[in-house]
Parts: sequence; structure tokens; C-alpha cells
Amino acid sequence: MKVLIMGCGRVGAQLAMLLDAEGHKVTVLDMDTHSLRRLPSNFGGTALFGNGVDEESLRKAGIGEMDIFVAVTQGDNRNVMACQIAKHVFNVPRVMCRIYDPLREEMYSQLGLETISPTKIFAQLLKEKIEG
Amino acid sequence: MYIIVIGGGRVGYYLLKGLLNEGHEVLLVERDARICATITEEMGSVCYHGDGCEAATLGEVGASRADMLVAVTGDDADNLVACQVAKHKYHVPRTIARIRNPQNEALFKKLGIDVTISTTAIILEYIEREVPTHPLARLLAVEEKGLVIVDITIAPESSTAGKAVKDLDLPEESKLVLVVPHGGVAHVPSGGTVLRGGDQIVAVTTPELRDKLEGALRGTPVSGKPRKK
Repeated sequence: MKVLIMGCGRVGAQLAMLLDAEGHKVTVLDMDTHSLRRLPSNFGGTALFGNGVDEESLRKAGIGEMDIFVAVTQGDNRNVMACQIAKHVFNVPRVMCRIYDPLREEMYSQLGLETISPTKIFAQLLKEKIEG
Repeated sequence: MYIIVIGGGRVGYYLLKGLLNEGHEVLLVERDARICATITEEMGSVCYHGDGCEAATLGEVGASRADMLVAVTGDDADNLVACQVAKHKYHVPRTIARIRNPQNEALFKKLGIDVTISTTAIILEYIEREVPTHPLARLLAVEEKGLVIVDITIAPESSTAGKAVKDLDLPEESKLVLVVPHGGVAHVPSGGTVLRGGDQIVAVTTPELRDKLEGALRGTPVSGKPRKK
């Protein structure tokens, strides 16, 4: 599968590495070239410098051919905007969006984005561990 | 009217002042506590400290009874989300977003933002009007009707100079509304009005037919033929 990951933080880099190891065609996009250092030296995908909320950068990253777009930058709003561009402008079949704020996550999920709130998931996980 | 403004930068600050002067009920939402304190000190309790993109914040400032939300932070993504939360969660009837990247205009429209304002696009339009290589300039967009009002000057060497309006190959949905002759008085053209070089024309068209209208009005420059003195 062809996957475009926006944001090369810890999660983005880890996901890129895992998918690359499985043989998927991975492209990682980040606004800060320094972040791309997180990718392992044997990473076989493409690492690009670019702004994920800019249509032109996304086009250069080959968004038109992607099967999946994943937005995992630090900013909820940037993730939401990039995902909506991927979905509504470039018609990417599957669009996944990290949104920390549970309220915003709920709303955008209702608007048709595939959303994940780490806040909600982690709190739930901790609660389950505590309650055993 | 109750208007919520998101972002207390320079645009937000002067917008707040202007709207208050017009007698509206206005509340500015600003993330930076220091900016908020400064504004409160100057204008009273018209500034709420919080993140205007958060549904909870908009709930606290009573977004559900707001008539309008204007997002003027310096970040396009923040403005988009503030407007979308207002629209979908609190059903604010009218949302206005400032955009930095003019390319985002189409996207924001598609995502349901009622009005977008791009300072970059506005400056570009002014430049278009001033630069002679762009004889057709957009004056105003009537968005609800899908129309634009444009302005064009007939070049003296154009093939349309000396032609009557009825003889022009104008696209169907385009109308010439005003002719301002060089140094003359503006008048509403009829079919028999003859265009002259230097005439400024104001016309209504659709964004799609803009280029066609421009072609019809500019004609072809009579460049191949020897120029008459």
C-alpha cells in the first residue's frame, strides 16, 4: 500500500518504520527537516520537507496516488485541515487523523474523518489497568 | 448582533474596536493571557482568555446564541477549525475566516465556511488593476449568486475599439453595466454604444466566463497591420 504520513514526530517516525519494514511504500512529510532524523538509517521510503496543509506540497509528495493519508503532527487543527484537503480535494480513499482534543475528535468523526484521540484511548487504557 | 472574534492580533484588535463602535455585542477570544489582559484593561471585559478552536471554549462564550463568528488568527488551520466547530457544534449562522494562503479559498468554501477573506488575494487584485498586462481586474464577488464584477480598460490598439456593443462576441451570462469614457461621464451602455480606446468598462460575469469576457472585450491587438498615425 502507498501511505503518506504527515508529521515525523515519534509516532510518525515509528509508524513509517513499521510500515516500511512490512514492505509498504511510505512517504513521510515534515515541515522541519530536523525531525526527519528520527527515521532509521535503513528506512527504505521517501522523506520529504514540506507543509501538509499546502495543496502544492501534498501534490509534490504524490498524494494523488496514495491509498492512505495519516496526519500525526502536534497540531490538532493542522491534522484536521490536512486530512480534509486529502479527503475532499485529492479524494484519498482512507484518511486518518490524530486529534488530542476529545470534543473535536468526536465532531470530526461525525463529519466523516477517521479520527483517533490519544487522550481518550490512553485515559481509558490507564483506567482499565488501575481497575485491573 | 452578537459577534465572536477569534484571535487578538492586530486584525482582531481593530476589528473588535470597530464592531464595538458600531454598537454590536462583541467578544474576542484570545489564547495569550497577556494580550487578553491588555485588551481588558483598555476596553473592559470584552476579551475571553481561551482557545477559540476548542469546542468547550466556544460553549463557555455562548456560541450557540452568536449571530456570527469571525476567525482572524494568523493561522489558516486554526481559523478553519474555529469556524467548523462554530458551524457544526453550535450552529452559528455565519462564519467568516481570514486566510493567508489564497489557495485555501476553494477548500474553505467546500467545507462550509460562509466567507473567506484573503489579504494576499486582495493585494494581488489591487496589483492586477495597476499592472497594464492585466487589463481585467476583479472588483467584487457576489458569492451567493456566483457572480463577479470586473473592470476592464479598452486599449487604443485593440480591435474592439470603434466597435458597437451589439457587435461584440460577449458570453451570454455577461453584461456590461457601465462605460466610463476617458475623461468623460459614466453611462449605461446600450447595444449601439460604440467603444473607444481608453474606455473603462464595468461588467458582471461568472468566474468561469471571466476569461471569455476578457477575450471578447480586449479583442485582438491590431499588431500585425501597420499602425495608423
